[in-house]
Amino acid sequence: MADPVLRLDAVVKDYGTHILTRVLHGVDLSVQPGEFTALIGPSGSGKSTLLNMVGLLDRPTSGRVLIEALDTSTLDDDALTALRGRRLGFVFQFHHLLPEFTAQENVFLPMYSQSGWVSDEMQARAMMLLQRVGLEPQARNKATNLSGGQQQRVAIARSLVMKPPLVLADEPTGNLDTQSADQIFALLREVNEQEGTAFLIVTHDPRLAARCDRIVELVDGRIVSDRPNEARR
Amino acid sequence: MPFELFMALRFLREGRMQTLLILTGVAFGVGVMIFVHALISGLQDTLIKQTLGSQAHVVVRPQEDRARSLSRDPSVSIASRIEKSSQRTPSIDAWQPILEQIEQVPGVVAAAPTVAGSAFVTEGNVSKSVALRGVDPAQFVRVINVADKIRSGEFRVHGTEAVIGAELAKDLGLGVGDKLRMVTAAGRSDIFTIRGIFDLGNKDVNQRWVFVSLRTAQTMLDLVGSISTIEVRVKQVFDAEAISVEVASRTGLVADSWMKLNQQLLIGLSSQNSSSYMIQFFVMLAVTLGIASVLVVSVVQKSREIGILKATGTSTRRVMRVFLIQGGIVGLLGAVIGSGIGTVLSLIFSSLAKNPDGSPKFPVDLNAGLFATALAVATVTGLLAAVAPARRAARLDPATVIRNG
Ligand SMILES: Nc1ncnc2c1ncn2[C@@H]1O[C@H](COP(=O)(O)OP(=O)(O)OP(=O)(O)O)[C@@H](O)[C@H]1O
Ligand SMILES: [Mg+2]
Repeated sequence: MADPVLRLDAVVKDYGTHILTRVLHGVDLSVQPGEFTALIGPSGSGKSTLLNMVGLLDRPTSGRVLIEALDTSTLDDDALTALRGRRLGFVFQFHHLLPEFTAQENVFLPMYSQSGWVSDEMQARAMMLLQRVGLEPQARNKATNLSGGQQQRVAIARSLVMKPPLVLADEPTGNLDTQSADQIFALLREVNEQEGTAFLIVTHDPRLAARCDRIVELVDGRIVSDRPNEARR
Repeated sequence: MPFELFMALRFLREGRMQTLLILTGVAFGVGVMIFVHALISGLQDTLIKQTLGSQAHVVVRPQEDRARSLSRDPSVSIASRIEKSSQRTPSIDAWQPILEQIEQVPGVVAAAPTVAGSAFVTEGNVSKSVALRGVDPAQFVRVINVADKIRSGEFRVHGTEAVIGAELAKDLGLGVGDKLRMVTAAGRSDIFTIRGIFDLGNKDVNQRWVFVSLRTAQTMLDLVGSISTIEVRVKQVFDAEAISVEVASRTGLVADSWMKLNQQLLIGLSSQNSSSYMIQFFVMLAVTLGIASVLVVSVVQKSREIGILKATGTSTRRVMRVFLIQGGIVGLLGAVIGSGIGTVLSLIFSSLAKNPDGSPKFPVDLNAGLFATALAVATVTGLLAAVAPARRAARLDPATVIRNG
């Protein structure tokens, strides 16, 4: 079997300096290439915290995070940032586009910031991805002039620009109406099937979780269940 | 275009009001800087030119209280030489080779011998004390250009011809062609014909100086064969002091630069300079603080975007540079606009007050060096001002930003 794109080894996370709150109690988790996984659990159970560890935005108090078998605990902050930029995609709940830039620019910025220079190739790739998410006509619109659903599509296009093996999404449809949410979810699924990109998606919506291949449930910082989604088999 | 520049330009373009605000601040700061500098250096230029209008850059004269001829002329009795030299003004005897020696010192443009002493001019009942200056006009104009400052007549002093200052001419009611009687302390007197009237831009000089030929002055002052001073012109006026030291060591004579003779003026100029630098320093300090505070606000406003950039893999160093470059761009652009403002201010100011001959009373000195300095200073100022905001941006934690929407 190929290396998992993600492996967590006994990841513990404490918050606070004087009074320590343990948010994650030794989480073990592996994600295989191309897996489409839902991470569910009650509010405050530590889903976002876990996703931040995986996304290399924060370091675990103890335990290890391996991205494509590379142990990230040995890397310094700059190396983490670079690895994040090259091998991970993000889709956040609050769209998080840069308002000063057009849809197309938002999509190629992560590439631009890696190389330092912009190329025609980057622009073309951004256009291709926007076409993929059905936003080619809006490519030159400022991010602020797009609807919530459109912004989230741009964010998805952006998360794919570096061709990462794993995309992390924290409630990607949390801010959208049901219809837009369904469309976005369908888009993620389509990318997953066509490109073989693995997804780890935090969601509160049982309807959406039911459309994933695997469902991991977190309660009080512990994985209480991790099962394949029989309904999809 | 590099990523950092692209980001910086876009942030500046989209932050319209803030950008406009700091640009205006920088522009006025630089404008004031250029204006103050141009005004003061213009003023100083005029002062120095005025001073040097009637003064040689370096004046070489004999040692004062030594019997100079001891070594040169040992056959003459020591006692009689000393006695003699105490009775008359000290002078330079074998001056021709010395003159050539001085002309060889690097930086020296010209050197001219002069014979100087005091005399009285009598005109009817009026008797005035004057400074007799024996010169060879052809040589002397290369050191102090009297020929250019002649108001009427010409700079010609053959035989018993004399050239006098405008003030003296007015006091005595004399003009070109009139006669003038002069008596020296040595008791010699003669009648001179006024050949020209000069205006060297210095009232005292215009009142006291009377030019006659070298030979005439030597006779009148009992200095036959010798001269009083050698006056020297140098290429760079501020090199005069160094050159005077060199001249003194080569000739064994005393050499005084205009700087030494005008220490008060130089002290005045340098304190003027310090106050001008002080003003400029505080103006630029205010500009720096202005840029810094606006950029800090913009970092805070953009914390979300900075978080996104970092989350999507933009390195901390790049993020810092985006803000440093914004500071630099604002500094540079502000300086370009400010150069325009400073130039306009300076030109308006210098056109306000004019001399009778149409030249500005307050000439301003706008030169390329000044603008280049202003651009460099403002750009560096902008960069420095952006250091604190950039560090703040660097410290921003993307996880916090993303969590809070
Ligand atoms: N930076 C922090 N400092 C202190 N406590 C934190 C911090 N971040 C998260 N927590 C705490 O950790 C716990 C888990 O938070 P987390 O955001 O991971 O939950 P979640 O499962 O994503 O919840 P939700 O479904 O509401 O988004 C919460 O009790 C929260 O208060
Ligand atoms: Mg959460």
